[in-house]
Amino acid sequence: MTDAPRRTPLYARHIDAGARMAEFAGYDMPLVYSSIIAEHRAVRSSAGLFDVSHMGEVRLRGPQALELAQRLFTNDVAATPIGGVRYGLLCLEDGGVVDDVTLYRCGDEEVFFCVNAANIETDLAWMREVQQKTGLRCDIIDESEQTALLALQGPTALKLAEALGRGHMPVPRRWRFAESELAGLPVLLSRTGYTGEDGYEIYARAEHALRLWDALREVGGDALQPAGLGARDTLRTEMAYPLYGHELERGLNPVEAGLERFLAFGRGFIGEDALQRAHASGPAQRLVGLLPEGRQVARSGYPILAEDRIGTITSGTYGPSVERPIALGYLAARYAAVGTRLEVGVRGRKVPCEVTQTPFFSRKS
Amino acid sequence: MRSHANPIFQQEELMTAKTYHISDDCRYGRTDEWIRLDGTVARVGLSDYAQSELSDIVFVELPSVGTQVEAGEPFGVVESVKAVSDLFAPVSGEIVEVHENLEEHPEWVNEDPYGRGWIIGIAPEDLDAIDGLLTPEDYRAYIKERSEK
Repeated sequence: MTDAPRRTPLYARHIDAGARMAEFAGYDMPLVYSSIIAEHRAVRSSAGLFDVSHMGEVRLRGPQALELAQRLFTNDVAATPIGGVRYGLLCLEDGGVVDDVTLYRCGDEEVFFCVNAANIETDLAWMREVQQKTGLRCDIIDESEQTALLALQGPTALKLAEALGRGHMPVPRRWRFAESELAGLPVLLSRTGYTGEDGYEIYARAEHALRLWDALREVGGDALQPAGLGARDTLRTEMAYPLYGHELERGLNPVEAGLERFLAFGRGFIGEDALQRAHASGPAQRLVGLLPEGRQVARSGYPILAEDRIGTITSGTYGPSVERPIALGYLAARYAAVGTRLEVGVRGRKVPCEVTQTPFFSRKS
Repeated sequence: MRSHANPIFQQEELMTAKTYHISDDCRYGRTDEWIRLDGTVARVGLSDYAQSELSDIVFVELPSVGTQVEAGEPFGVVESVKAVSDLFAPVSGEIVEVHENLEEHPEWVNEDPYGRGWIIGIAPEDLDAIDGLLTPEDYRAYIKERSEK
């Protein structure tokens, strides 16, 4: 990877806003504008605006688009209504995870996947390989470059969007999407997110991204905080949402990751047999939530210890809403029960920790 | 390195270097600690550049008073949301004070790095050693050099 990082259409806005930029999945992305903690808290208390245009969009369109989607996707495509969104995995025959994605059902012959930026090329190659093997007829269209994606997240997100919708806006329910218009621009409003808060993920044409961003900033004023990937990570970690490359990868499967509820057994997706066996026999390792004692952060790669090393932290941070260090990690299944007391090796020292229920954060309403 | 710019943007010069406060009454180590002598005790903290790079400091692990430190050796740790970082002694000496308020308020290092974000006080073995550290001008150039990489 010698290529210079790519930029989203909103790059200039991030620089203008004084963002600290960092390379993520080959893109030069805003990591933090002022403070990760402040941005995180704004999303929990009012609203945050994220540029996640690095994410990829791949459309399947044609007579057998749904059949191909169902071969690729672990969740139930047929049970997804038109206008519905589902989370699921793309798996290999052995159950290993190619990517974790959301599926948007647009019609009877059309879906699109929102995929991780780092996996756009490998997902496309995998989809084409599966298409070649199955002979299922549809076009596989990579729309990632032409598509901007903003995430408007937080308790006031819907109101802010409504203020730009000029009265006639459809409000999709959770896990639904609708074509709409914001500030006079055509958008796809998806009532989904990666923060644990209500809100929208807003798909727009790349050439409209700046106008959309500006309009949202204007209507939101001080009550809408631009938020970077730093806050996106602390928010998703508090919700124990997996991040590909950390909790998910080709050498891990969704049963180990505790994602069985996104496996529609019986639908004939690739990896189903292997995952059914893993489900029946019980996995050797499991992904768990951990609460380390004290204030040191148990970070990705740190060992989880009982007598010996029994696992590895995959994500660890300080949770600004739970106000303590939190971590996710894989460990030997016999230690995975909630309440199990273990240790994490933190830079040569052993820090006590306990297996806990996830999500770490839940809204008390 | 040239960026693979979106065709909408041609302006490479958008990459403006952030400006950092560099306190004139301090000397600086190459690991971004400042040191300021007051009588026989030198207070040590993290520069504005360092706190900005780390962002969101959530924990400062402090040494004990009476610890002997060697120049260039670690004396403590700062944890931010995104990274953990060692703190290095700019000069050799004995730690004669530690800023215990940081246990409750680690964010002071971000908010006021040269003031109430101070971390330790050292009684230097050799007061002249401080003069061998980077001057504010040198340190400014050193930051610029690194941010252009």
